[in-house]
Formats: sequence, structure tokens, C-alpha cells
Amino acid sequence: MCGIVGLLVKTPALRDRLGELMLPMLIGMSERGPESAGLAVFTEPLSGTARKYSIYSGARASSGWDEFEQSARHDLGDAVRLDINANHAVLETTAEPHVVKEWLCHRHAQYHLLSVGKSIDLYKDTGSPREVADRYGFAELSGSHVVGHTRMATETAVTPARAHPFTAGEDFCLVHNGSLSNPYSVRRKLEPLGIAFETDNDTEAACRFLEWRMREGDDLETSLRKGFDELDGFYTFLMGTRDELALVRDAFACKPAIVAENDDYVAISSEFRSLAKLPDVKNAQLFEPKPEEIYVWRK
Amino acid sequence: MAQVTFDLARQPLRELNQYLHQRAGERDLHVRVLNPDGAHSIAAGVDAAMDIDIEGHAGYYAGGMNQHARLTVHGNAGPGVAENMMSGRMHVKGFASVAAGASGNGGLLVIDGDASLRCGISMKGIDIVVAGSVGDFAAFMAQAGVLVVGGDAGDALGDSIYEAVIYVRGRIKSLGADAHEEDMTPRDYEVLGALLDSAGHRYDPRHFRRVASMRTLYHWNADANQEY
Repeated sequence: MCGIVGLLVKTPALRDRLGELMLPMLIGMSERGPESAGLAVFTEPLSGTARKYSIYSGARASSGWDEFEQSARHDLGDAVRLDINANHAVLETTAEPHVVKEWLCHRHAQYHLLSVGKSIDLYKDTGSPREVADRYGFAELSGSHVVGHTRMATETAVTPARAHPFTAGEDFCLVHNGSLSNPYSVRRKLEPLGIAFETDNDTEAACRFLEWRMREGDDLETSLRKGFDELDGFYTFLMGTRDELALVRDAFACKPAIVAENDDYVAISSEFRSLAKLPDVKNAQLFEPKPEEIYVWRK
Repeated sequence: MAQVTFDLARQPLRELNQYLHQRAGERDLHVRVLNPDGAHSIAAGVDAAMDIDIEGHAGYYAGGMNQHARLTVHGNAGPGVAENMMSGRMHVKGFASVAAGASGNGGLLVIDGDASLRCGISMKGIDIVVAGSVGDFAAFMAQAGVLVVGGDAGDALGDSIYEAVIYVRGRIKSLGADAHEEDMTPRDYEVLGALLDSAGHRYDPRHFRRVASMRTLYHWNADANQEY
């Protein structure tokens, strides 16, 4: 079992309150996923050639970031910015992703790259949703949309890397409630194409498959349609891109999902109880997404 | 009639359910549940002919195993509403999620909106009236009771159905294995009319079709080679 939550605010004035609005949704899914939690928040894209890299230090507290920052300035250029938050930091730089990945791998192998993009910031760790939210100050986050997850592991171990969201490519993330039955065959298709996996988690296979399709030129909806044919098992997937939230459920729809929409926001959750504290949700339009239908909301 | 109110924003769900369970056999009691906010198992396991109003949306298994009580959800219901209901009545004013009335033995479940997949799966005597549409696999392995669908039915309606009967007013996307349409008889109009009346839905029984079992799965057929 796991909990998924998503929130896209339509009213620009609500962007500063994105974290505050989302927090009760995430906490409300603690029973479905008490052991790890995470989220990806999408902000205004950086201008020019700058990108953001969410980095996890692996340590429990903040330590070693001074040295990390000096090393980044030395190797990636003076223009780097580091926004530190406990064992997590967002690195802003114009260095290309392959340069940053190589630099991390050779100079700071204990640091884990969580996400890359112009818009995405990603946080995930083990601990209860409340602990993880407090650790990173989720209530203070702002942005246009957010994809969150609370995890109860069924497939692989409870570690920060196996917490959700998973990312692939740039400005793309996916969270999953369910279990895939063919992640290894998907993986065996992708690995010979040069697509590297970081964990043995089933969700990572879905995330990398869909991102690969989009990189090959499919739009999000076409890649999801191919996902229906390729990905076998139980799933409710919620995905975030720079401009969109997307939701799909498998043909049997065993894993729950509910959507609340009004003029101000669209909110998605595994269960209504995590939406219950949203402002004016009683008057929002509520519906249960249908199996094998593709739902996309644009900011 | 005595009236008691529980506010789940202030009182734990367990307090409500313990209160209800301690009133087995009691009559003339009206319980209102405020701020249900999608909590699980609200008023599950009640065994008394009382009235229960759930003033909002319910989560998983609301009214499960109910005996005698008359429950109303003034909102939507989560998965497994009235699951294994034995008797009494459950009325969902909004829509219901998957497996509504699953394994129900008796009583009446009324859903004013749509019901999601697997509505009435393995029903064993419950009657279910869905004013809207039902998702795929409705009445899967349904053994006894009646499912009425005022709207459309999804794929594999009545798959592996036994002696339950389905009446559908709208379109049927596909029938499941061993389910087929049969002619309506005067007795069907009578049963259907009575159910629609008691559910409070004014559909004309003449607009419904009957789906029931072909009974070809009742006995093992070695020649079928697992193809049904």
C-alpha cells in the first residue's frame, strides 16, 4: 500500500501557499505509507541555461555542505548557488547534467542526485510523512504544482533511494501506488539502450520507460498509452512535468484515486480523507478517475 | 426517537463504532455522524434497526456487515461500501467506489450516482440499485440477489454469474463469460418495479433488459479446453 497526492493550483496567488495546502494531504496519507515520504515541487523555470539539481547527502543532519559548495565553485564555476536544507540541497548551475553527474560520481560519490531540471525540486527520505515534511519544511514550499508520495514498501527495501518520487531525464517525476509484475523485462529492454537504473525498484522501471518514450519524441499521452501495453501489474501513477500533472490507473483500478477540482485547484489523492482539509473542498467537483484513461492537467 | 450526534472532527471513530456495537437490538435511535471526511469503516458491524446519517463522504467499508440499520451517506462512498451487508438498507447519495455491496447477503443498497468497478462482486442475496452507471466486472460471480443499473454497464457484466439477476436500462459494453440477455417476464417487471419503488428511483421498468446466467459453467466441461 502507498499514498499518492498531487496538487496543481490554478490561481497564481495560491502558488506561495502550495506547500501549506499540500501538507495536510500528505500527512493524511500517513496510514497508507508510514515509512518513507517525498515530493517533487515544480517552480517557475530558471532562465537561460541554468538548471537545478536536488542533491541528497545521505547524512541525517546537515554536514559537509561547506566543503561541497567550495568544491562546486572550484569545479563547476563561480556562478553556482547552493540552497541547503538539512541533508538536502538544491544546486543551481549552468553546468550541463552530464558534467554535474560525472563530477558527483568522481568527487562526491556519497551524494545522491535526486532530480535535474529547470523547474523541479525533489525531496525524499525515510521516516514518517510528518518527520520528512518537518525535516525539509514542506509547509513553506511554493510553486505551481506538486507530486507527493507516502510509502509502505511491498517490492523493495525501505531506503531513501527507493522512496518516491522517482525521476528520469529532466523535469519529470512519477509516484506509484501498486506493484508491477514485469519491471525486470522492462528493464532488460531499456538497459541495452544505455538507460541506467539506480535501484531494483519496480516503479523506477515505469518512470524510465515513460521518460524514454518522451525523449524519443512521444508526447506524454502517447507514452502513457504505450505504457498501458508495456507495463503489467497494478498501478495508479501520478506524474509531474514542468507544466502538467498526469494521472493513470491500470485496467482493474484496484488502487484507489480521487480527484477534487474547482476554480482554484485540482487535487488528487488516493483517498478523500487526505483532501478533506482543502479549502472549500465540499463544493469542489469530485470524481474517481476511470481505468486506462489518461488525465492531464496543465498549469 | 432519541437522537445522538458524533462529530468525527472531535471524536475518534472508534468511539462511534463502539457506541453503535453496544446498541445491538435497539430501535428508535437516530445517530448522526458529522465530518466523516473519508474515514474508514464508519458504522461497520451495526446490529440494530436504527437510523444512521453520515453527513459527508465516507471512506472504505462504510456500513460493512450491516444488520437491520438504515444508513444514509450524504456524499460519496469509498471502496467496499455495505460490504457483506446482511440486512437493512444503505443509501449512498453520491457515487460509490469499487466493490460496492461486495459479498452482500441481504438488505438493499441504493446508490444515486455511479458505482465503480466490481459492483456487487460475489453478491449472495443483497439487492443493489444503482441509479447511474456501473464500471467493469459488475456482479462478477454473483450468486443471489438483484442488481439494477439505471445507466450503462461496463465490460464483462455478470461474468461467471450464478443465480443473481441483473436489470440494465442503458448500454452494456460487454457481457462476461456465461452471462446472457433473457426476455423480461411479468415476474421480472414486478420484482424490478418493487425495487425501483423502494429505492425511490422513477425509472420505467419497461426500459430495462434482463441479464442472467446461461448456466454453462455449472458443470465442468472437459471439452471446453479452458476456453469460455
